[in-house]
Parts: sequence; C-alpha cells; structure tokens
Amino acid sequence: MRLLNASGCLDALVAPEVARRLDAFVTKTITPLPREGNAPPRIAETAHGLLNAIGLANPGRERFLDDHLPRLRELELPLWVSVGGFCAGDYADTCAALAEAALDELEAIELNLSCPNVDEAADSAAEIVAACRAATPLPLFAKLSAAHPDIASVARAVADAGADGLSLVNTLRGLALDPATLRPLLARTTGGLSGPTLKPIALAAVHACHAATGLPIVGMGGVTCGQDVVELAACGATDVALGTVLFGDPDAPDRIREELASVAVDDVHAVAHDPEKLLELRAKAVA
Amino acid sequence: MSTRRERLRVAGSEPVGPYTLLRLERGGLEPGVPGQFFMLEAPGRLLPRPLSLCLAPPGELAFLLDPVGPGTEALCALDAGDRIHVLGPLGNGYRLDVERPLLVGGGIGLAPLPYLAEALRFPPAVLGFRTARHAEAAALLPGAEVVVDPVLVTDCNLEGFDVLACGPEPMLHAIAATCPGAQLAWEARMACGYGACYGCAVEIDGELKRLCVEGPVLDAAA
Repeated sequence: MRLLNASGCLDALVAPEVARRLDAFVTKTITPLPREGNAPPRIAETAHGLLNAIGLANPGRERFLDDHLPRLRELELPLWVSVGGFCAGDYADTCAALAEAALDELEAIELNLSCPNVDEAADSAAEIVAACRAATPLPLFAKLSAAHPDIASVARAVADAGADGLSLVNTLRGLALDPATLRPLLARTTGGLSGPTLKPIALAAVHACHAATGLPIVGMGGVTCGQDVVELAACGATDVALGTVLFGDPDAPDRIREELASVAVDDVHAVAHDPEKLLELRAKAVA
Repeated sequence: MSTRRERLRVAGSEPVGPYTLLRLERGGLEPGVPGQFFMLEAPGRLLPRPLSLCLAPPGELAFLLDPVGPGTEALCALDAGDRIHVLGPLGNGYRLDVERPLLVGGGIGLAPLPYLAEALRFPPAVLGFRTARHAEAAALLPGAEVVVDPVLVTDCNLEGFDVLACGPEPMLHAIAATCPGAQLAWEARMACGYGACYGCAVEIDGELKRLCVEGPVLDAAA
C-alpha cells in the first residue's frame, strides 16, 4: 500500500518536502495547450468539504516537457503524470510525447477522464483509453467520476480498452451559495466537491470497480486518517491518494503512516470483499 | 526553509474594536518578515485560515481577526489554553529596503502594519476605517493618522513616499494607479497557503497569480 497525492492537490516544485513524504508524486493535469484556469474565486469551503473550480490551470504539454519535467526529475521522486484533454487525440498525443521524453522515468500516466470543471471530452472514456493504449507502453490509470450512474460499467469498458488500473474517485460537481446574498461563491457557479464528505462515495466506487474488474485501484476521496486508508483497502484499493487533507495538513502522509504502523494494509487489500477474512485480520490486529 | 507546522497554545485573546487580537505562544515558529502569513487551524472547519502576522511580542505571535464567517468566528472564540495547528511563515512579505516609507491601511488591512511599523522604526502611517468603532483598532499602530469614511486614498498625498499598503481591493487598485512601485498586500481565499491548491489565484495586472507563493505582497506595476 503506497500513499500518493491526488492530482492537483500538490505542487512538488513549490513544496518538494511535502512531495517527499509520499511514495509517488502525481502531477497536476497536463493539457495540450497552456490553461490559465477559471476566474477567481475558485474555492469555497462547505460544511464537510471543499468546492474547487480551478479549471485545469497548467503550463501546457510543451512547457511541461521542456521546463517542469526536467525540474521534477531533479527531485528524484517516483512520478506519475496526469493527462487531460478535450478529445481522444489530445490525450493520445500527450501520452506519446511522454513516452518519447521520459519512458524510463515515469511510473505511470493517469488519464483524467472526469474533471467536473471543464467541458467534457466528446469521446467516451473507453475510446480515450484505447487511443492512449496505442500511443504508449507506460502503465495507464483511468481516473473516473462517481457521477456516472454505473461506474462499474465504465471501469469494465476502460479495462477492456487496455487500462492497467483505475484512480477512484474524482470530485463531484457541487454548488455553494453565499448565505447573505444567495449568489454562488465560485465565479464558475459550480465546482468539484472534495474532502471528508466524499469518502462514502469513494468507498462505493472502489467497491464496485474492484468487483467488476479486479484492476489495481488508487483509492481517493476524503481520506483524512489511517482508518480511511484501511477502509479503502477493504473495498479493493491497492494504493491510496491524499487530496484535500494535504491543504490543511501537509504532514498528513507521515501522520497517516504512523496511524497505520500496526495495520497490515496490504493483507486487508488481499482479502478485500471477504467479510470473514477481514474480520479475522481485525481480530488479529486487536489481539 | 523556516516554515513549520506546530500545535500552538493560545496565550490570550482581546477585543480591539469589532476585531479580535489572538495571541499564540510561538513554539518553534519564526515570526518571519512583515507581510508574510500563517495558516491557522479553524476549530471545527475543514480548512485553516490565512492570516498575516500583526505583532510579534516576545515568545508570541499575534493575529488580528475580523469575524466574517464560521472560520474566523471559531478563531475569535478561542480561549487561553486552547491549542491550534499553525503553519508558517508563508509567502513573500514587504521589502524593507525603502527610503521614505508610508504605511497605508484600510479596515482589517491594518493587520500586518503594526509588525511592519516596528521593523521600519515607526514610519508615518494613514489608516482608513468604515466607522469610529472600527477605527478603535488604530490603537495597535500608535501615531497613525486615522480617517473615517468617506475619505479616498487618492485624496492623500502619497507622492514622494515608498507606499506599503494593505486593505480592500479598490483601495489597492487606486494606490497602484497613482504610486507605481508601491508594495501592496493582497487577500484571497486560500485552501493550503503553500502553493498546492491553486485556489488563491487573483487577477493582478491582467494575469492570474497564485497569491500564496507569488504574494501576498506584490509590487504595483511600474
């Protein structure tokens, strides 16, 4: 069980000491062209979560490859690159460029198929994965949204199209109003909801997709403590990513590892979905 | 980097007009440069709140709070002996290599100026407030000229001064228009304070800047 960051929740170039607390660093999503992102305000706190409408702000593929990637390389962190786009060709071109520039240096590519803050790609998740599969030998993780009414069917489709793993889940679209004016707090009106409020949704998605595909899963959504990691493993997550918790607590990776010191999380994952064996493990841990 | 995160004990909390001055025992945290800020855990809330340092009494860090929402209200309600996590100092503060400093503050924008005034050996200062009650907070900056609305910053004679300002955006824009080179401390909602979330982007001079790492103090465009 490894701890990663959720894409877009950490900048290793600005906070390398936080990135070094993780087992791998996942970049913010890279699109073919640079994007300034959405107009501010871009974030709003809700009762138990955070809404963001950053809008895939990123330097674009060319500047990422020429400027950011060399500096990330110097940090010598296991590296995942998150790839985004607006059609299958966008994704595939970036995957091909990454394979050419850094085949031996990247652990995996995460395909962001589910940003709630930009217009969706016209192609289906499976079409995008298939195009990327043809473009790169690098491991491909498809990041899906629990907004789909049947996420397990999407997971099966991307598995058939050649995905090596799944990242579950992205944020869900939400809206928050200023209590006094009743106007949206975000300039874009809606944003992606993250934080503790998302955890039950993440558990359900991981549970369903593990049963449907058996693929490796990076589980994420509302993780704040070691117990959340154990629960994601019990639902089928192989690894876990930290998102919103990093904003308030950059020391969270170390703290969560301490909380997990006496738990064999990989054993939990190995018997995911088996209530009796999970109970046996629990009994052993308590004893 | 001298930035650290520690759980600090509340030394005390006093009302200052409608605001609250929250004093924390410093622990291992450095006070940093005037204009830098700290992320303070807001009890019961998911995210910490960004606050610039107001004063650095021996062994303490003091923050001026305007209770404008649930997070700042929770911070204002802290009692001596309570403990909260604090991360900092963060961001870029004011440059202190100025010849004729003039401090300009509007409303809660007073917050970073007392610590800045100490560092600059108490230069002249102008503070503007909405009401006489808000203006009570000027006690934190002895010697400052205090005006109560309606007074426009553009009516003040800023010429020849190195202006160091903090206050509402229209005030900062007005200063930027009349004083190229002024140092302006901007404000934005932040989730992290250390460059991770991209939430604090504000449009300055036609560009979106991540205020926590590029600011919060920025030079007005020449």
